[in-house]
Amino acid sequence: MEAGTHLTGGTPGGLGPLGVRRRRWGEEVIRALLFLAAAISVLTTVGILVALLTESIPFFREVGTKFFTESEWSPLFADPQFGIWPLLNGTFLITGIAILVAVPIGLGSAVYLSEYASPRVRKTVKPILEVLVGVPTVVFGYFALAFVTPEILQALGIKVGIYNALSAGLVMGIMIVPTIASISEDAMRAVPQGLREGAYGMGATKRQVATKVVFPAAISGIVAACVLGVSRGVGETMIVLLAAGLDPNLGINPVDGYATITTFMGAAADGDNPAGSIGYESIFACGLTLFFLTLLMNMIAIRFVRRYREVYE
Amino acid sequence: MSPPPPASADAATVRVPGAQFVTDGATRLKEIGFAALLLTLLGIALLTLLVLMIDVIVEGASSITPEFFTETPSRIDPESSGIAPAIWGTVWLMIVCAAFIIPVGVASAIYLEEYASRENWFARFVEVNIQNLAAVPSIVYGVLGLAFLVRGPLSLGNVVLAGGLTLGLLVLPVVIVAGREAIRAVPPSIREGSMALGATKWQTIWKQVLPASIPGIATGVILALSRAIGETAPLIVVGATAFATSTSTALLQEFSALPIQIFGWTADPQEAFKALAAGAIIVLMVILLGMNAIAIWLRNRYEQKW
Repeated sequence: MEAGTHLTGGTPGGLGPLGVRRRRWGEEVIRALLFLAAAISVLTTVGILVALLTESIPFFREVGTKFFTESEWSPLFADPQFGIWPLLNGTFLITGIAILVAVPIGLGSAVYLSEYASPRVRKTVKPILEVLVGVPTVVFGYFALAFVTPEILQALGIKVGIYNALSAGLVMGIMIVPTIASISEDAMRAVPQGLREGAYGMGATKRQVATKVVFPAAISGIVAACVLGVSRGVGETMIVLLAAGLDPNLGINPVDGYATITTFMGAAADGDNPAGSIGYESIFACGLTLFFLTLLMNMIAIRFVRRYREVYE
Repeated sequence: MSPPPPASADAATVRVPGAQFVTDGATRLKEIGFAALLLTLLGIALLTLLVLMIDVIVEGASSITPEFFTETPSRIDPESSGIAPAIWGTVWLMIVCAAFIIPVGVASAIYLEEYASRENWFARFVEVNIQNLAAVPSIVYGVLGLAFLVRGPLSLGNVVLAGGLTLGLLVLPVVIVAGREAIRAVPPSIREGSMALGATKWQTIWKQVLPASIPGIATGVILALSRAIGETAPLIVVGATAFATSTSTALLQEFSALPIQIFGWTADPQEAFKALAAGAIIVLMVILLGMNAIAIWLRNRYEQKW
């Protein structure tokens, strides 16, 4: 663009000397408007923080450290309790089940697509996995509640309730698979061909190359993929809201129902909580907790991704 | 699209002699077993998608009648329930969302690509910011909408305008990222030619750069809308209702939406409503697949090689 800026002033009107810029106010106004538009995405982040903090501060002023020290959560009851642990427990129990499903399936798919599949198979399978990304989460929620719980879990004789962590976790795992598969496949394909050829030259088999050369070389990308998967699970609302119930629970038995941070927010916002009530404020306190949890995980993932990029580029 | 040449230098196509020389039975068994394990894992993911689709079609096909599209949802009678208000709500949400993300997203992309240079601190800041926004759970955007649009400074109430703008903020990064890529793909020679003929910077952008990048931008907008159309959690928080009766939704009225209707019916303890939910899922998935097909078609049809 350097060459252009010198000429813009003179040419169309009178022939001004080259290098002298006439100020065009229209251009300046447009530039300012475009800047404002770009600022909106920054303002969104600021807006989220302001929204969460303005309602959370009165909440924490009233509740104080009980948020972290008590073990019961019932802010909408007559005798409200504000211990966040049952919600965190539900969140991480269900996300944990999801990760147990998503990591083997996601990484297995990634290794297959990166190291074994022919280009034709990869070209067919990747778009199908992308369909999985596009399925709205409320549809997964329907699938968990109306199919997996009655038609699979109960049919197998597992004594689950209508709402249970197992079904929510299994389906959430399937939802996370494409996230883990596509990021870790990218990481594996970024491993230079020379490493593979070197291993083959020394007599390694295909499996040994995949597991002992490519996988370790791509490990930071793979870890980042798994962290992002956890982050998606923690922030997911609809599957848990439909399939895991609303019961704040400190147990670890996956056949029971559990409330999570997101389900509490969804259910409380759905009900009638007048602005300024402690019930209304508790939505924002949960939102703030969730925001920091996912932000932290995202930052960890970005750090891991940077590391693997630095190695081979 | 033509199939790739068979003898590419691609990782998976290189025939490695070592694999054929393995004669040790145990090693060969391990090799085959490992490949089978990987294939099984991939198969589980694909099979689940298939089962999900089949289950929804089997459960929901009978719900899809002409009346399903014209009736309003009933709290008690599944027989006479339909998705008319949900469809209109979704249409209005998408109109509001598009009216917000197209100008703002494209303007942001233009600013970041054409005005802010790559080393500019603001451009880098916006980039990091967009990365982080992508990780914010969608329900948190609902909280943003609740605090600023539904109540608080704007106090619009539980209306379409608030819902559409909330979804717009959620998917704005998709449009910005796609827009930047499309603008970056326009070669500098086009800009230099335009400016050499005396056009101003904005004339160059408006008459040369934007027309050349429209297919890429349009693809991004459609993908953003197809993400917005299935979002449920933020709409629950800003107060969409599964029992809206009005089909002539105006911008400042209570509203429903397809995913909200699916949620309401799925959560209903009456078994008969589940079939309606499945029917609504079929409608939503067909719309989604249609949008994605249009996006892919646009990308292939107008893909320009400079």
